[in-house]
Order: sequence, then C-alpha cells, then structure tokens
Amino acid sequence: MAASVRSIARIVLSDSRRKALVMSSGPGINLTCRVELGGSRFYNEDHAGRTTSFGFETVSEEEKGERVYKVFESVAPKYDVMNDAMSLGVHRLWKDTLLRVMNPLPGARLLDSAGGTGDIAFRFLNYTRSRHALQQRAALRSQQTPSWQDISRDYASGERAVKAESRVVVCDINKEMLTVGKEKAERLGFGAGVSWVVGDAEELPFDDDQFDVYTVAFGIRNVTHIEQALQEALRVLKPGGRFLCLEFSKVSNPLLSSIYDAYSFQVIPVLGEVIAGDWKSYQYLVESIRRFPDQETFKAMIEDAGFFRVQYFNLTGGVVAIHSGFKL
Amino acid sequence: MRAATLRLRSPRRVLSQLPHRNLIHYGQLYPSHVPTNFVQKSLLAVGSGVAALRDPYRHDMVAVLGETTGHWALMRLRGQMMRDPEGCTILKERPRIRISTLNLSHMATLPDGCLGREYLSFLEDNNVTPDSRAEVKFVDNEELAYVMQRYREVHDLLHTLLGMPTNMLGEVAVKWFEAVQTGLPMCILGAALGPVRLSSRRFQLLVNTLGPWALRSGNRARCVMSIFYERRWEQNLEELRRELGIEPPPQILSAALKKVPSDSAY
Repeated sequence: MAASVRSIARIVLSDSRRKALVMSSGPGINLTCRVELGGSRFYNEDHAGRTTSFGFETVSEEEKGERVYKVFESVAPKYDVMNDAMSLGVHRLWKDTLLRVMNPLPGARLLDSAGGTGDIAFRFLNYTRSRHALQQRAALRSQQTPSWQDISRDYASGERAVKAESRVVVCDINKEMLTVGKEKAERLGFGAGVSWVVGDAEELPFDDDQFDVYTVAFGIRNVTHIEQALQEALRVLKPGGRFLCLEFSKVSNPLLSSIYDAYSFQVIPVLGEVIAGDWKSYQYLVESIRRFPDQETFKAMIEDAGFFRVQYFNLTGGVVAIHSGFKL
Repeated sequence: MRAATLRLRSPRRVLSQLPHRNLIHYGQLYPSHVPTNFVQKSLLAVGSGVAALRDPYRHDMVAVLGETTGHWALMRLRGQMMRDPEGCTILKERPRIRISTLNLSHMATLPDGCLGREYLSFLEDNNVTPDSRAEVKFVDNEELAYVMQRYREVHDLLHTLLGMPTNMLGEVAVKWFEAVQTGLPMCILGAALGPVRLSSRRFQLLVNTLGPWALRSGNRARCVMSIFYERRWEQNLEELRRELGIEPPPQILSAALKKVPSDSAY
C-alpha cells in the first residue's frame, strides 16, 4: 500500500516537473502544482532567509552555492595532485572498492554526479570493458563452432563492439572541474563513451528512469539540500537501478579519530597552501567533512528519499563510507 | 504584507554583505589573517621552503616562508621603526603602496632624478606593478602583519634606491642589502642561495663589487623601513641616498648589470 502511494506520488512529482521543464501550455496549473508538491525553492518566500553550514561557518543557502563553486573553481587544476597528497594515494583504493561494490555489467549506463575530474567514470569504463572482454573470451571458449543462426545475426548487426557499449555521463555543477576531467579523458584515451554535462545535483537535466547506476563520490556533502539531491537520484534511476555514495564519514574508534582529526586540521590546510596555494579551500574541506551526518543518519536520509535495501560499508575504519540503495 | 516580508529579509542580507563580518571567525586579527598554531607554522615553513627551492617562481611560497619564520625579525624591525620619528608616523598612519593610492600622473610630471620619477621608470622598464604583492596571512599580530606588508611594498622602492634591475643579479644584490637591514630569515636564505643560480661572470661581479657594496650600504644606512616614501616623491634620488647613507651603485660593466631581453632569471 505504502509502496503504491509512493509510486503514485513519484509519478505525479516527476510528471509536473517534466511539464514545467517542457513549458507546455497552461502555465498557471503547472506552477501551482510545482509549489504544492514541494518545488518550494523557487517561489516560497519563507526559504529566502534559510541558513546552512559552510564548514564551521553559517551562511545563507544562496551564499553556500556560490562559495562552494568558488572553492572548486580554485582547486580544480591541482585537485588530483592534492587528493594523492592528502590521502597518500589511498583515495585510489577507495574508488576501486566502490567499483567492486558496484560490479557493473557491460552495457550499463552510469551517471556520475559531482563527478568533476572523472575518476569514477574512467574506472567504470575500464571495469566494464575488461568484463566485456572476459565475457567474450568465455563465450569463445564454450562455443567452438557458432551455429548458422549466430553467424547470420552477427553478420547483420555489424560491429560487435557497439552491442554492449557502456556509457557514462559525468555531471558537475562546476565547469572548471569538467574541463580538467575532459583533458584527463583525452590524455588517457577515454574519448568515446563519456559525456560531460554541466548540471546541479539538486535539479538534474535528465529525464526520469534513465540510468542503471547513480554514483556520487565525495560530492554530496557540498550540496546545499542533500534530500533534494537524493530525490533527484531516485528520479533519474531506472527501476532496479542502484544508488551509490562514496563519502567521508564518522570514525568510531577514538584513537584513530584523534589521529585523523589532528591530521585533518594540522596537515591538510598546510598541504593545500604549499601545493595549491589555497589554505581556505582545504580548511573548508575538512570542516565540511565534520559537518556531514554520520553513517546511520545518512542511511536514514537515503531510506526517506525512497530507496530500498540501504546499507553502508566502512572503509579505513570509517574515514570513508560507501552507502548503497536500490530503486524498486 | 509585502512590506513585512521585505523587512524580514533585509537584516540578514545586509549582515551577509558587511565586509568585516568574517573578522569574527577563528580569531582573525585582520582581513587576510589565517590563525595557525606552532605545528602548522613549522609544517608551513618546511613545506614552503622546499616548494620555493624547487620552483623559485612560486612567489607565494617565498612569502609564506618569510611570514612563518620572521617573527623575531619583525619585532626587531618594529622596534627600530618606533624609535625613529618618521617610522613612528608610518606605524600610525599605515600607508599602503598600491596603484590606487599612488598618483601616477603627478609622478610622471616630476623632473628626472626625483624619487617619484625614477620609481615610475623602474616600474615601466621592468614591467612590474605594486599590486602584485601577496597579502600577509600567517603573522599572528596585527601590527607586525603591517610591517611585513610594508616590507613587501617597499621592495620595489629599494630596487630604485639601489639602482638594481629585477634580473637575478639585481635581486640578489637587493636581498643582501635587505638581509643586513631587516634580518628576516627569508632574506638571509635568499641571499645565501640566490648566488648559486648565477653565471660565473655575474657571480664574480657579485662577490667582488656588488656584494660588498650592498653589505656596506646595508650596515651604514638608516632603517629603510622608517622612510615615508610617499612624502618624498619630489626629493632628488642622489640627495636621498646621501641622507640615508647608501653609497651610489658601483659603475661596473653596464652590459652585465642591465636586464637583457633573454634574461628571464639570470
């Protein structure tokens, strides 16, 4: 019963949004639909004075968006270097683990939100391509001679490689990060298979039911309204699609926690100043990690958004957590 | 109804636009201040030193090195400035040398040989601007932060006073002068390591002529930080040098000293 109500609500919500986006006739009706069904960001006067956290500071919601944009605009050129320096290369293992948890099949469509420099996108393509190659080798081994039906089918379809092509869409609100990602893609040879889209995670420029997997790696804590980003994730996923979030989280062990805090607040801003020439952005980074909800709270938020079978995996003692949920 | 909602919204908007709102955060003493503890300062000093040595064009790293290691030297400088009446005036009035505060059109009308005119020629010849100096961030005392900022802004004027161009040889000569005058560890380090990158001919020049001249002038001269340059634009440069106790720059092979187009650093 609850599921059907939820699905009806989802259809109505997505319907009104789609209509609003397309700007069809009858604007009056669409606008009221939008306001009633929670599109309150745009027309509700009460939200004008709302505040949120920017690290340990309290700022207005509009200001947070601008300031986060400026932070990532300034760190974009040295983003990858800084990631390696701050985590001593361990962030690569975290991202590899995310892919292993995701375990995508060839032909899957991925939306990498706040994907910036494309780390997850490139790993996804490598994973699916090698898996596709393994599948093909297994198929060849099992079938010594293809039947005449197989031969005629492959002959008609043309290029075999095109059949199970995985596609990634990297979406980020910040153009500088996408530019860095595009250059990296050309350097590493990932020209085809990746699209780069500018978009806000709270209002994705995609239709409903488009993607098999939605990932957000180290990006959701920078979003002003996390619940809205989760709802958008639910909207663009196909039924059966998976939501995956890789994010810094709470360390439960007190000894590890004190070492982690000391390292975060003493060393990371210094590294930011020396390598990237930007103390303040990295101060914001470590503060925003402390402000983000812990594993259980975030799990509850994901469940509230409408995902099922929500679980989390702690990595490196809780420094980083992978949250996963399914849209049914 | 409309008036009520306008009133509700405006106080927050105004507060968020006040420029000094952020001074309240983290114990900031001045707008560009980033408070740091001893551990962070040590890490910064080491890190910026390594970064500056690896890439001498990282001027921001040189600046950070100066700020994190210069506390004692800055206190000594401030003491010297306070004992001098002109220096005391500077500490009170806090003048800044920036494009917006300089009257460039007036300075261009001054006769040749005046401090103002020579300074303007120096800026034009070497294609530098006084606005390119980084803001002080890691000095935990407001007055000492100003002294550091003043030191950075006076650097170009020192080039004019000493008659040195901005190539490597000229910069090293100015650094030797500054090391003696200010005692800042960053200047001493720069003075010690700068000559390493010079060609042998210029190194000879430095060791034989320029270096001793810079050291002598630095020792004899009055504290250059205590001079209110903004009130002395009309003063003749030679007369100013005599007043301060700076020997005129040595008349050596002008080709070696002048900035050649191929000169990027050497």
